[in-house]
Amino acid sequence: MELIERMLEGDKRACAKLITLIENDEKAGEEIIKAIYPKTGNAHVIGITGPPGAGKSTLTDKLVKDLRKKDKKIGIIAVDPTSPFSGGAILGDRIRMNDHALDPNVFIRSMGTRGYLGGLSKQTRNAVKVLDAYGCDYIFIETVGVGQSEVDIVKAADTVVMVMVPGLGDDIQSIKAGIMEIGDIFAVNKSDLMGSQRTATEIKMMLDLSENLDRRPPIVMVTANRNENIDKLVEEIDSHLEYMDESGNLEKRRRNNFEDELINLVELEIKKLIKEKTESDGGIKKYADQLLSRDVDPYSIRDEILEKINLK
Amino acid sequence: MSKTIRVLVAKPGLDGHDRGAKMIARSLRDAGMEVIYTGLRQSPEQIVAAAIQEDVDVIGMSILSGAHNHLFPKVIKLLKEQNAEDIMVIGGGVIPEEDIPGLKEMGVKAIFTPGTPTKDTVEFIRNNVNK
Amino acid sequence: MFDKEKIDQISKSKKEWEETKLDKVLSRFPERKEEFKTGSGEKVERLYTPEDIKDLDYMEDLGFPGEYPYTRGYQPTMHRGRLWTMRMYAGFATAAESNQRYKYLVENGSTGLSVAFDLPTQIGYDSDHPLAEGEVGKVGVAIDSLADMEILFDGIPLDKVSTSMTINAPASALLAMYIAVAEKQGVSADKLRGTIQNDILKEYVARGTYIFPTEESMRLITDIFEYCSENVPKWNTISISGYHIREAGSTAAQEVGFTLADGIAYVEAAIKAGLDVDSFAPRLSFFFNAHNDLLEEVAKFRAARRLWARIMKERFGAKNPKSMMLKFHTQTGGSTLTAQQPDNNVVRVAIQALAAVLGGTQSLHTNSRDEALALPTEDSVTIALRTQQILANESGVTNTVDPLAGSYYVEAKTKEIEDEAMKYIDKIDDLGGAPKAIDRGYIQQEITDAAYDYQKAVESGEVVVVGMNKYKSDKEPKQELLKVDPQVGEMQKERLTKLKSERNNEAVEEKLEALRKACEGDDNVMPYIVDAVKEYATLGEVCGVMRDVFGEYEQNVML
Repeated sequence: MELIERMLEGDKRACAKLITLIENDEKAGEEIIKAIYPKTGNAHVIGITGPPGAGKSTLTDKLVKDLRKKDKKIGIIAVDPTSPFSGGAILGDRIRMNDHALDPNVFIRSMGTRGYLGGLSKQTRNAVKVLDAYGCDYIFIETVGVGQSEVDIVKAADTVVMVMVPGLGDDIQSIKAGIMEIGDIFAVNKSDLMGSQRTATEIKMMLDLSENLDRRPPIVMVTANRNENIDKLVEEIDSHLEYMDESGNLEKRRRNNFEDELINLVELEIKKLIKEKTESDGGIKKYADQLLSRDVDPYSIRDEILEKINLK
Repeated sequence: MSKTIRVLVAKPGLDGHDRGAKMIARSLRDAGMEVIYTGLRQSPEQIVAAAIQEDVDVIGMSILSGAHNHLFPKVIKLLKEQNAEDIMVIGGGVIPEEDIPGLKEMGVKAIFTPGTPTKDTVEFIRNNVNK
Repeated sequence: MFDKEKIDQISKSKKEWEETKLDKVLSRFPERKEEFKTGSGEKVERLYTPEDIKDLDYMEDLGFPGEYPYTRGYQPTMHRGRLWTMRMYAGFATAAESNQRYKYLVENGSTGLSVAFDLPTQIGYDSDHPLAEGEVGKVGVAIDSLADMEILFDGIPLDKVSTSMTINAPASALLAMYIAVAEKQGVSADKLRGTIQNDILKEYVARGTYIFPTEESMRLITDIFEYCSENVPKWNTISISGYHIREAGSTAAQEVGFTLADGIAYVEAAIKAGLDVDSFAPRLSFFFNAHNDLLEEVAKFRAARRLWARIMKERFGAKNPKSMMLKFHTQTGGSTLTAQQPDNNVVRVAIQALAAVLGGTQSLHTNSRDEALALPTEDSVTIALRTQQILANESGVTNTVDPLAGSYYVEAKTKEIEDEAMKYIDKIDDLGGAPKAIDRGYIQQEITDAAYDYQKAVESGEVVVVGMNKYKSDKEPKQELLKVDPQVGEMQKERLTKLKSERNNEAVEEKLEALRKACEGDDNVMPYIVDAVKEYATLGEVCGVMRDVFGEYEQNVML
């Protein structure tokens, strides 16, 4: 594909068009990933997550500024929620990142979740692969700020930075334990505000309770809009990757994530197959009707469907 | 293949009146489009760079400050220079009737002046974006 | 105001009336709409009676004009004593052209000047800044330095006129230039009368011409309070503005609530900076919008006056009655003007201006019919000014003070808006005050939601806008519009280059360096700015130093 060649040569427009194709056209997306896959695996992927209003975009902006001083090529994928009613979305994370708009070595892309839950969009991981092949040294994924179920970031990133902020009303305790545990690094943003020390203490206490931590996540106090301690956070991000690399955990995490991705892909394919193969005689609805009338049990129907798609 | 229309809604120049831009952003979202909103004080260069990275179908600019005869042509010129003239440019705001033909000649596809129902803008985009 | 027995009797009679007279009529002639609403979307009852204001206490809630809580007016004789200041906001292109327009307005009976600056000036950029391209002289006059300011006020005696300047983030620099021009005219600062808008919080929320972050902006504002209380005592140091909040789409009650919440934040900041409340509060002024719903708007102005008096007295313990008086400027609602059938706007402006006068405004700008299309022509401005003169001289509404007081509807509505506004203030207090509520986007979100509701109501036809979504006409009359010379930008650039080659650049450097030190420390920055502009340091240079030290504000956009 000509677009792929142009993208590999560093053409931003081509890179952007490839991501659009991946988002809109599954078949084309597959072809693209097949072609670029050997060129991926070089970027350090960093997830930026945390509750709404924590200042994730501003923080990402400042991290990028710091890394640009070291002449790194950066990709950013900013995910915002798609309206379940209209299917439309307002993607506003760029507002905080406009300073980088003209930098040839920064690529920013906004994505709507398009019905996908978990804080990412369905094609985020593939968009990351495009930016990886495009030659980015660091790729930031800024998740949706839902605060409750955005654990998917851990399946897409090498390092997860959990951004917290004092006084958003909810105590750390009230945030589901599972969410907190995905943080490799904690950044307490707006640390000039009252209550930031308390927030840090609460994170510490929560970490004390967590068992089987390979590495205790550091807590960094930052004030993103005043550029305070951003260098420290970048250091922690780099040192996390270093640790992951040396301990073999990076490979482990990436392997786990690939397992997950593979199962996902296969699941999706099977779902499609089921739809296709049962369509001719009434679709899955027919089976549901059978269940409703209690004529057959769910397990027997499962086996029948598996036979139809030649898996049993 | 199902295509979601993507629109960049931008406030070029120094004008801070963003009520219209916000209203159109919401209306486009409610019509099922993805709207990339860039905030205030965007230079034409920034707008074009964002439009390319976001691979939008449309750039919608709102200008109430009277700087339209400078800002629209600049954006269109930059799009051409960067081989992105396929991105449709539309505009809104306080723009005198007599300036509209000139802007259209330069390549602005449509100008929506105050009082245009947002659904007209939605329709226009739907009908004119290459699907 | 009424005894309980009377109220009960009225209540009973009303019920009877409803069951007999009213129901019969309704069954045969249903009303035009299920529900009637104000311009802000609030429900309006069919009929108001003493029952609706049964808790109103005349002495406590209304009182006499010039007496607490000032519901009926801040001053005993109001427009019988002195008419409001007819203050037309104007300015475009170069200082010389604007100067001509000011002289024209004064000759035609305008009693105060109101300077509109172009956007680069409002955002502290000189005309040669890259972001200024295409914007120079467009929405107002371009002022790069004292040299422009000297031309702007040439031949206008600054001890005779009062001048309002719509300037916020760089307010200190423009005020400093005004003081310097006056000095050259031989007018000392203590004789100067006028207002700077100087209200940064509403810029963050609604108008967008901010520069510096919140904390630093608040410092600049309190520095001005302090400097003026000592040196420019007749100057209104701030015009706390609901106008732009309303333009951004808020309701009437939100306009009052958010504006007064901003006011509270300024008072708190000044007190925190060590000022005594009565030393600066008398110089606080307000700026409201006037929309089409006449009676709702009148109630709004009255509610704002009463609520501010109560806040100043009860919350801040102000002793000086002047600290409690809400004095305000009004501008008719720009967002209510239509680009279609622009002559209809003359009528809208007249209704809105009437609301402001009935609400007891201290000064008034009436918009021109063509402002949905461009800056107004001289003819259009004249009609707008004449509208005020007709109200003042022919309508009769100025003959008595607060003529709508005692109207069951207006009093009920006044109370309703006061209560509603207070709810917003309470909510903002819960969030830690206006600056924090803005930082979180609360106020912006509320306004955008209200604006979107209105937009949908217009598009569905629920709200009628004559000439726009009803009574449309195909043939639109050709409008003659004001054209700003596109060469203004180039001319300003040339003037700047010339200025920089002629002034004492060493002195400029020195003064700017002194300003930098003051910004880094705790000194009041005003005297340093005055020193710098007197040496013809440009606005961009002065603001540039402050940008360096203070940083820039990052807007929290709520969509």
